[in-house]
Amino acid sequence: MSTKLVIGLDGHSSGDRALEFAKTLATQIGACELLVVYVIEWSPYSFQTAEENAQRHKRREEEISTANERVVAPAVASLSDSGLNASGRVRHGNVADTLNSIAKETGASQIIVGRSTESGLSKRIFGSSTANLVMEASVPVTVVN
Amino acid sequence: MKRIQHLAASAALLMAAAGPALAQEAEGLDARVNAAFAAATGPFVSFIFAPLPGTAFPWIVMWLVIAATIFTIYFGFVQFRFFSHAIGLVKGDYSDPNDAGEVSHFQALATALSGTVGLGNIAGVAVAVGIGGPGATFWMILAGLLGMASKFTECTLGVKYRNEYPDGSVSGGPMYYISKGFTELGLPGGKILAILFSVFCILGALGGGNMFQANQAHAQISGIVGEYPGWITGVIFAAVVFVVIVGGVKSIARVTEKVVPLMGILYVGAALIILLVNYDKIGWAFGQIFAGAFTGLGVAGGMVGALIQGFKRAAFSNEAGVGSAAIAHSAVRTKEPITEGFVSLLEPLIDTVVICTMTALVIVISQQLIIDPTTGNYVLNDAGSAIATVDGNSGVALTSAAFGSAIGWFPYVLAIAVVLFAFSTMISWSYYGLKAWTYLFGEGKTTELVFKLIFCVFIVIGAAASLGPVIDFSDAAIFAMAVVNIFCLYFLMKLVRTELASYAARLKSGEIRKFEH
Repeated sequence: MSTKLVIGLDGHSSGDRALEFAKTLATQIGACELLVVYVIEWSPYSFQTAEENAQRHKRREEEISTANERVVAPAVASLSDSGLNASGRVRHGNVADTLNSIAKETGASQIIVGRSTESGLSKRIFGSSTANLVMEASVPVTVVN
Repeated sequence: MKRIQHLAASAALLMAAAGPALAQEAEGLDARVNAAFAAATGPFVSFIFAPLPGTAFPWIVMWLVIAATIFTIYFGFVQFRFFSHAIGLVKGDYSDPNDAGEVSHFQALATALSGTVGLGNIAGVAVAVGIGGPGATFWMILAGLLGMASKFTECTLGVKYRNEYPDGSVSGGPMYYISKGFTELGLPGGKILAILFSVFCILGALGGGNMFQANQAHAQISGIVGEYPGWITGVIFAAVVFVVIVGGVKSIARVTEKVVPLMGILYVGAALIILLVNYDKIGWAFGQIFAGAFTGLGVAGGMVGALIQGFKRAAFSNEAGVGSAAIAHSAVRTKEPITEGFVSLLEPLIDTVVICTMTALVIVISQQLIIDPTTGNYVLNDAGSAIATVDGNSGVALTSAAFGSAIGWFPYVLAIAVVLFAFSTMISWSYYGLKAWTYLFGEGKTTELVFKLIFCVFIVIGAAASLGPVIDFSDAAIFAMAVVNIFCLYFLMKLVRTELASYAARLKSGEIRKFEH
């Protein structure tokens, strides 16, 4: 069985560094499967108007295809170009929870993420997704600066 | 579109600024609007509230309660049997993580609740208790518990028979399940009944979902800043609603949708504090509620008067059997339509059994209703139409006085809450009305705009007219929806029973199970 690595991207430059790191690591490991994940921050407990609800399915499809196009597909392509076995996935949910549950589902041995790009008040109150992931994850997490 | 918004905003500002100067002329305008409105809606109102022959009991109230009772029995007390399952669904225990990002059960419930929790819980309860006495609360709670089964029936059908368009958006509601369901069962007349429902739904949207809200919001604002003509409030509200529903300014809707739940929590919190502080009177208040439910304690119409008021205001508040919630709930994307039915049955519970009861308890405990110390009965006002209150208040002013007697500054918070509730209810009902409108006239930018403009005009009329005719028309329009909806539900309920049996069996066998999160 090959080693599985989950790479969490957020569409920012720190994600690119995480990707580079994963590339190097995977090359060193050899037989390795890479799963690029982009999580769209979303809560099932938010409040929406009736009209937003009626449009929700359409929006969701749009969000997923945008994330795929802009972030996941280019990342997967760049990994594949380097001769690595890579695939991608886009999910809605809480970033830390979702990355962790994908790692558990797929039996990944490590999660690699970039340093969080959040700032300001919400970070002070709720913490960053990266910090939350490090605290909650059930597999080792590498945070790339 | 930017231009339209700008124009509307400047028009509203201008009118607000010119308000005081025009006040005198406007008193005349308010009175004329009122008289014309009462005359125009009179016959419709009298038909809906016609008493059963030989009694004083409006047939429509019987209609709602009998339906709720039949659904309760037909589905074997589904509101109690599946209560904990409903909670599990809302918590997301049964949601597939791969469907994350779709409308959740919680969101559908919250959206539907923001359309129903509002003035019905604050002003409507005060009207019920003011006219029917504390005993009305008992009948209100009973109607709320039974109404859970009506909601379950209509919301299951709403999801099952909604329209899904190629672009992924959805439209659902009674008009869709009536026409499609009747066709499926091979029954004639589905299309005509669906059209009839849509017509009443538009009237309901303009009445209870609009004019009543505008009217009570004005009453609340003028209670604080002093009397001024209603149409001014109407124009300002109309401008804001216009900007949201026509201009598509999502930011305003987004702010309200966050503030409204907060206001709801604040309201319930304040009520709880008042009840806790007066915990020694809670027993007495429930005593008044039970005694009043069966004797009337001297209210106009006695026990029947209390019962009519309780049932009427419960139906108006939680809208069970009316069909509006079916429109709101049909947006959920679920493989099992019945799950949405389970979730929706929590609505009358939260709305009526919890929130309305709290309002009623606060009014009773704060002793705003005057009791004759010698007989222990309530004293009627001069007209003999309602119970005399300490300051002669009725409707939302009575609730405000009740909360104010315990927490001095609360009327200000309540005023903001009422205005926001009124606003969010209007936005919800503008959507319900629009869905009925597009069912009749087809979807399209122009037809939708026509409805939205009519909707805004009615806000002004509602704010200018006096409470009596507005509340009569609002009730009548909403109950007219229930006449058609419930009539059709009797034919369609066997479809729901099939779903229920299949779902219950799969739940028992473990085929439907919780997901790990």
